[in-house]
Amino acid sequence: MAMDAGEIERLIKQAIPDARVNIEDLRGDGDHYAATVISAAFIGKTRVQQHQMVYQALRGRMGDQLHALALQTAAPPG
Amino acid sequence: MTNPVVQRIQQDITDNDVVLYMKGTPVFPQCVFSAAVVQVLSELGVKFKSFDVLTDPSLRQGIKEFSNWPTIPQLYVKGEFIGGCDIVREMYATGELREMLSTRGIETVAA
Repeated sequence: MAMDAGEIERLIKQAIPDARVNIEDLRGDGDHYAATVISAAFIGKTRVQQHQMVYQALRGRMGDQLHALALQTAAPPG
Repeated sequence: MTNPVVQRIQQDITDNDVVLYMKGTPVFPQCVFSAAVVQVLSELGVKFKSFDVLTDPSLRQGIKEFSNWPTIPQLYVKGEFIGGCDIVREMYATGELREMLSTRGIETVAA
């Protein structure tokens, strides 16, 4: 099952409102994405915690509807 | 918690310095993301213990709940969850992974 890039962005922004989200559909198949997420909410968090916040935002779709989302997270440059 | 799978995972990541939960085996990975982590560990020359979640559905589900992480592979060092494929690759690229391993007394081969 595939998922629309706009939907991914919407879910992330719903949970992390200040997030800057950039999503690339790697194969054009709606199933393999690379996402970069930048948010002040990541400050002081480990990478694992940052990714967990994004996965949480996707509410169980990661690993299910969404097979592959290469994720890169960062806090905005100070 | 008396969940036997959780207890087993806790035991395995305590008994082994570096543990990789993956799909397939290091020689025959069944997923590109698992293969990528195996490759990073091989390039670093790190000895690791691996578990194939495809042969064990309860482990496949259990490890996701254990770490609150929805995907496999998952890498553990000295009992701590380090991350999945993206984080491992990123840490390898920046040199952080090698540094973290040596800080924790795990041997790597020279770059």
